[in-house]
Amino acid sequence: MKQARRKKIAQFLGFFLLRAGLTLVLAILLLFLYDIGRKGGGTISWEFLSQAPRKGMTEGGIFPAIFGTFLVTLITAILAVPLGMCAAIYLNEYATQGRLTRLIRLSIRNLSGVPSIVYGLFGVILFVNIMRFGTSVLSAGLTLGLMTLPWTITASEEALKTVPNSYREGALALGATKWQSIRTNVLPYAVPGMLTGTVLGLARAAGETAPILFTGAAFFLPYLPKSLGDQFMALPYHLYIMATQHHQIEQVRPIAYGTALVLIVLVLGMNMTAVVIRYRLRRKRR
Amino acid sequence: MNVETGIAKIETRDLDFYYGPTRALKRVNVSCYKNRVTAIIGPSGCGKSTFIRTLNRMNDVIPGTRVEGTILLDGKDVHAPDVDVVELRRRVGMVFQKPNPFPKSIFDNIAYGLRINGMKDKRKLEEVVVRSLRGAALWEEVKDRLDENAFALSGGQQQRLCIARALAVEPEVILFDEPCSAIDPIATAKVEDLIETLEKSYTVVIVTHNMQQAARVSDYTAFMMLGELVEFDVTEKIFTNPVNKLTEEYITGRFG
Repeated sequence: MKQARRKKIAQFLGFFLLRAGLTLVLAILLLFLYDIGRKGGGTISWEFLSQAPRKGMTEGGIFPAIFGTFLVTLITAILAVPLGMCAAIYLNEYATQGRLTRLIRLSIRNLSGVPSIVYGLFGVILFVNIMRFGTSVLSAGLTLGLMTLPWTITASEEALKTVPNSYREGALALGATKWQSIRTNVLPYAVPGMLTGTVLGLARAAGETAPILFTGAAFFLPYLPKSLGDQFMALPYHLYIMATQHHQIEQVRPIAYGTALVLIVLVLGMNMTAVVIRYRLRRKRR
Repeated sequence: MNVETGIAKIETRDLDFYYGPTRALKRVNVSCYKNRVTAIIGPSGCGKSTFIRTLNRMNDVIPGTRVEGTILLDGKDVHAPDVDVVELRRRVGMVFQKPNPFPKSIFDNIAYGLRINGMKDKRKLEEVVVRSLRGAALWEEVKDRLDENAFALSGGQQQRLCIARALAVEPEVILFDEPCSAIDPIATAKVEDLIETLEKSYTVVIVTHNMQQAARVSDYTAFMMLGELVEFDVTEKIFTNPVNKLTEEYITGRFG
């Protein structure tokens, strides 16, 4: 009797702690979103989204920064998505599993933990100096791409791992080549997961400041980038400037909050897209 | 060993198999006769699944494994350099232990093997799908729902679907790797009936650890233990008058 009671109390306490943990995390997140939304919401207008900053960035909008972020994320995607998927397919499906692949995998995991400022520095050396792309949207996009690669590879590999081996063997036993079995009986079921992980990685890249700081982001530009060799404005960097570097910091605070809100909505939107893609593709398979 | 001779479709000669340093098969000599059912029995871990998977070289995909000795299909070494493993697997089909339908429609499952071999003709595909489903005694149950996902079928139906899928590519040999261990007794009876009818057109090799099943469906039985072939003979002989003491002890249920 006593024993049973004690077990129940222990269970109650256990669940209580778990629930409390979740509630706390959610509360912090919601509070954070609420704060940004409240302080930045008033700034948002069509003008804010569609016009360039004016009068020393104390007025006007943030369109160049939105445009720049889209552009740089696109370049990131062009580098990181196909390369990451191919690497993952090779690593998971073709490479002989052994000490070498384990080492490669470990290195990739480690790379995803390297601070983004280090990628920034590496990008300066590789893309800006050695490859002579200059401080440009191209250099910045490639740097972000390098930073995103470990994430897309890892996510894609995890997605491939969720496809049961019996699909591969079943196809091989019917006289499929290895590539046929992968293309027709593995990839279709792994791609939703691959895309989800990839888009999440891209969303993270879109919000990064450090890697683009030295490689291409500009404090202020009176024009939009016309080629891949131009510098660009980006939301996270713009936010950083508005929050810490501006000469009239109090006055531009609403703009900073507005920028933050746009950035968060952008990242959230990308994450939602990932969820929708996965849901759609999964349902199509049923 | 003294066995009635027929036409050997598959023959293994001193077949050795290694998982890394572990020797899983030791000098196995078995003949699988044409249009006959050969059963491989033995306790768990005796190498019977390993054996059957060497016959269509499915073990090639497991890293760190090695085959020694010879496997002959119609007298030709399946490891010969001019043998295309893809073509080998089309000729030697396989049905796995757990039903493994692909997450596609019933139709697409059966048509899979044909499509990867480049068949596009819709009418021909339909024809083969119907014939294969009939051949696997599944047609009556699914004829109105070929577009449904194969996962909607019961376990026993899924296994017959996998058999139909194997039949569709017109193999010469069908390997069954414990095909009934994951399905219920009624479904098992259906699969067993099916195997007996398949014998007319195909050479069948079946791994099972159900001895009654081996006795019911097979013409020849190989008894394996610890990677070695203990006895190979006509099924009736194995189950009524085995030569080896180990075989007798196993079939009378004293171990295993």
